[in-house]
Amino acid sequence: MLYFSKLRIIFITLISVFFVIIASSNLFKFDNKLLNKKINLGLDLQGGSYLLLEINNDPVIEQKLQNLTVTIRNYFKDKNIKTTNFKLLDQTLFFTSDENSKQAILDEFKSEESRINPYYQRFKSHQLDIIEENNSFKVSYSKQGIINLKTSSQDQALEIVRRRIDEIGTNEPNILKRGNDRILVELPGLDDPMRIKSLLGKTANLTFRFVTNDTEDSFGAEKLLFEDGSEEAIVSKRIILSGDNLLDAQPRMNSETNETVVNFSLDRVGAKRFGKATSTGIGKRLAIVLDGKIISAPVIRDTIATGSGQISGGFTFQSATDLALLLRSGALPAPLNIIEERTVGPDLGQDSINAGMLALLIGFILVILFILVKYKIFGIITNIALLLNLLILVGVLTLFEATLTLPGIAGIILTVGMAVDANVLIFERIKEELKNEKNNLIAFDSGYTKSRTAILDANITTLLAAIILFFMGSGPIKGFSLTLGIGIFTTLFTVYFIARLLTVLYVSKNKEKQGLI
Amino acid sequence: MIAFNRYYNKFNILSVSLVIISLLLLTFKGLNFGIDFKGGTLIELRSSDTKINVSSLRDNLSQMNLGDVSVKNFGNETDYLIKFENNENKNVIEEIKKNLDKSFGNNFNFRRVENVGPKVSAELLRSGVIAISVALFLMLVYIWIRFEWQFSLGAIVALFHDVIVTLGLFSLLGLEINLSIIAAVLTIVGYSMNDTVVIFDRVRENLRKYSDIKIFELTNISINETLSRTLITSITTLLALLSIFFFGGEVLKGFSLAMIFGVIFGTYSSIYIANTVLVRLNVSQKTVLREDKN
Repeated sequence: MLYFSKLRIIFITLISVFFVIIASSNLFKFDNKLLNKKINLGLDLQGGSYLLLEINNDPVIEQKLQNLTVTIRNYFKDKNIKTTNFKLLDQTLFFTSDENSKQAILDEFKSEESRINPYYQRFKSHQLDIIEENNSFKVSYSKQGIINLKTSSQDQALEIVRRRIDEIGTNEPNILKRGNDRILVELPGLDDPMRIKSLLGKTANLTFRFVTNDTEDSFGAEKLLFEDGSEEAIVSKRIILSGDNLLDAQPRMNSETNETVVNFSLDRVGAKRFGKATSTGIGKRLAIVLDGKIISAPVIRDTIATGSGQISGGFTFQSATDLALLLRSGALPAPLNIIEERTVGPDLGQDSINAGMLALLIGFILVILFILVKYKIFGIITNIALLLNLLILVGVLTLFEATLTLPGIAGIILTVGMAVDANVLIFERIKEELKNEKNNLIAFDSGYTKSRTAILDANITTLLAAIILFFMGSGPIKGFSLTLGIGIFTTLFTVYFIARLLTVLYVSKNKEKQGLI
Repeated sequence: MIAFNRYYNKFNILSVSLVIISLLLLTFKGLNFGIDFKGGTLIELRSSDTKINVSSLRDNLSQMNLGDVSVKNFGNETDYLIKFENNENKNVIEEIKKNLDKSFGNNFNFRRVENVGPKVSAELLRSGVIAISVALFLMLVYIWIRFEWQFSLGAIVALFHDVIVTLGLFSLLGLEINLSIIAAVLTIVGYSMNDTVVIFDRVRENLRKYSDIKIFELTNISINETLSRTLITSITTLLALLSIFFFGGEVLKGFSLAMIFGVIFGTYSSIYIANTVLVRLNVSQKTVLREDKN
């Protein structure tokens, strides 16, 4: 255990120097691309917001089943198969038929070529499940159908969330999928997430619909409140235009009324429909409805054929800007709820960095002094290894541009405290060996050999704990497990290569000296 | 040589009572779960106005219909920690901000806001429990591969002792259990195991060396031989942890405190719990030699 070849010494030196240089790139600027890396600071250290959004898919499922009702009814009507009593309850569609048509309906649903019930070859499953009992049918989404629906609404929602956040222009946002109905948003450096929260909380489902007095409208009608809650109006369910038809939306100042408005322009289809609706509907009120609330319902005075228009509704400049932004980025497929939020202000982040660094410095000094007093010359060796351990650990984190969190700093401090363990095990063992063995070299050699299993055992147990934490933990805690886990490897490296090398150099110069340790 | 084995029985009785008391505390008093596991909202505030104090803040917030609001000083005089049960109101932070600005003037800095919904907190609690269970299980597997079953049992008993007593102490003192405490408990699991394994390694080595020394004596010899290592490592680890506790800021206080308890219990248990299990199971040279033959 005491022999080091020249090649190995060079190798050890190179690795150490490499990581120390990498670590120092956190303080200096290097032109070299490989060297110019920095440790990322976690949201708890640099300040920022962590938001976990959950997609509420229930309205989507209900809407899809609602649409399906129409499809099924028409489909079987064309085939002269009688279906009646359609009813939607608890995300299940109920309908009845008669004894003669029963099998035809079931066949239609269960065929792999079914046109109303797509079959997913890959998953060996239909989109919908159907159950028949006494000529009445229950249709609901199958397990795979729900998964597909959730995945697709997650994809769409992710895209919209990304657009909205990009529009606000924050630094390097991190937007990720979680499970099949969640989206994780990390916004570094953002100290007031209020605006983003309110923007993400809106579905932004925009529709243009006529106000009607006639509750017997052939498309149906509903009573909707105005945005400010002041009045309500009966609005037809027939959608003239929706947000999908918008090409652009911008906040503007209307110079005539001195009011902030949102100007919008429509795509070709939208412009055509808008033109037609405004020409036939002169004198009527056209309600602009956002997420089930009326923003405004102006009276149509003229045909608008240009494909652009204006929404007014007592906006402030901020609210007009936000509405324009929402309209530009498009509607979410389903409402989002913020189910977890963690925001740290930048000054608390800086305080945490300062506190963490102070604790690291003091912890390091205390451990170094203790070891120095305890082991004298071997204390110096241990401390050199400990310092290099710290630098290499920081170097590894820098090389991988890992994210450092406050618990991560705690993990580094803990590594400092626990790293000396391996050297202590070795030195204590050597002391014991020296009681029976007069030859320093033999005693040191067997001290290293005999302590090896204990050191390995001790480190593997800590590593196991760190690995579990890494996979189970979230955010800051992951940072802790990362530094603790990497710390084990850097510790073993510095103990077995650096400290051992220095020990060997010292012992081989003092072969004859008594009471060496 | 210190005669640790003279106190095996006394400390066993102490540990058994500590575990029972801890279990009773955990059952009847329970743990003080933070918002990570209970759901709710947490706000860390710093005020620039020294006239504001905990009770004026509390009076102000209690008019806001937030349910049970707790207001505490956090770290220093001008920092406050506000917590309340989960509230369905989405704009609650904004309203609190408005309300405080109206009553006290614009003197507040919202340093930290955390809001954990009931679904997420239930998941976090579940994954925390799973993490600790998986850790205990993996340690069991590891030690079972490395050692004879008597040793595994000893290590596991010591491990459970440390985790239960640490949690019992948290229950007794009403300290908050949050995500970082789970991290601390897992690290304690690693540390406790580490400490036990080092002594066990020596016990096994000595068992092979001496056939005529009874396990009662032999554990004592092994404890003494590894004692300076046990103490030095515990001391350096505690130095690091005390440094985190005193200088690492408020956020790491609970974490470092749990770890400090855990290291102390872990050191104690590897001497007085793990070894006494070996003594009670009457482990002898045969135990390790039989395994060697396999």
